Amino acid sequence: MPSWHEIVLSTLKKSDVRLVPYVPDRVFTPLIEALHDDNFFTTFPCTREEEAIGIVTGAWMGGMRAAVLMQTSGFGTIPNALASLAVPCQIPALIFVSERGTLGEFNLGQALVCRTMRPVLDSLAVEHHTITDVNTLAFIVDRAIKQAVAIQQPVTFILSPLLTGGKVFEA
Amino acid sequence: MAGNTTAHNAKVMNRFDLTKRLVAQLKREEAVVGGIGNANFDLWAAGQRPQNFYMLGSMGLAIPIALGVALAQPKRHVFALEGDGSLLMQLGCLATVAMLRPQNLTMVIWDNGVYQITGGQPTASAEAADLVAIARGAGIANSNWAADEADFDALVAASLKGGAPTLIGARIDKGPPAGATERDPVKIRENFMRGLGVRK
Ligand SMILES: Cc1ncc(C[n+]2csc(CCOP(=O)(O)OP(=O)(O)O)c2C)c(N)n1
Repeated sequence: MPSWHEIVLSTLKKSDVRLVPYVPDRVFTPLIEALHDDNFFTTFPCTREEEAIGIVTGAWMGGMRAAVLMQTSGFGTIPNALASLAVPCQIPALIFVSERGTLGEFNLGQALVCRTMRPVLDSLAVEHHTITDVNTLAFIVDRAIKQAVAIQQPVTFILSPLLTGGKVFEA
Repeated sequence: MAGNTTAHNAKVMNRFDLTKRLVAQLKREEAVVGGIGNANFDLWAAGQRPQNFYMLGSMGLAIPIALGVALAQPKRHVFALEGDGSLLMQLGCLATVAMLRPQNLTMVIWDNGVYQITGGQPTASAEAADLVAIARGAGIANSNWAADEADFDALVAASLKGGAPTLIGARIDKGPPAGATERDPVKIRENFMRGLGVRK
């Protein structure tokens, strides 16, 4: 069975998603390294997550599919870019969030930001999938990308610690 | 081109006049992203080219959006027109552009020293910050203040030759915009995609 990050990478490739800006999360490290090592992808760090949303928007309008990687705290910085750019302009921004601040974390601030994420997405009617099981990962990502492109709306993939292992904290 | 023009000896020009000068040089369906604030209003007033994208929100994202277009379409030249207040909100994007070195991207900064569209409150660039120096410090070596209109034209013409990302700072007056963009985000996006040949 391939690992979660191998499945994400191969599904992005299969879906012709070539551009992947990110602001790093530790849990995403193996995915980010693999994206850098594969010249199918143009992948690079951004200074801020809303910058990445802007880049993904421009790329889509220029004919290139793009995804963005961030952690939960990064999501906390993008509601304005979603509400005033990606959603009203109908941009299928593919947003992968490493879910931090839940299931055994240690930082109250991060835990609180995490709790804002789904209400924000719901309030904008942006579809989000919380993925916990490696067996359903490829199906969800593949189908949800197809749907996002077809209906011209962003989609968010919340990668749970149940899938990625999260960050282990010795209490 | 006066590479040694500094913010304080650059001529104070007019945004609508300079926008028209810029658009007049576009012969190859170059893309132009007009930032929130009056940048997109004057771009609209200068003539509604299919290759124009007008930002209605997402303050600070004109350069990132233009960068995305530039990466997707490396053969097309792409301009971002951004206000000083907006750039100050998203200075990090200059470092990203410098790191990626797109050869087909020109960033024009309209520095009127105010957040004009929200009532003319002062920006930090009116007091102290030199946005061209900041851009150079971010790693965009090809960053210059336009000394006057002729210099602006020359800087735009040079940037169209490509080769490295370019930033042009223009000090502008506090004249009002020459029009107002029609606020229909789907129409704006769809027209732009047709203008870029992505949609039929
Ligand atoms: C995130 C965010 N903060 C504040 C605003 C309100 N706002 C809209 S345009 C603007 C000023 C833009 O200033 P500048 O980029 O210098 O352009 P100018 O108005 O001078 O043309 C502000 C503060 C906003 N739309 N979004």
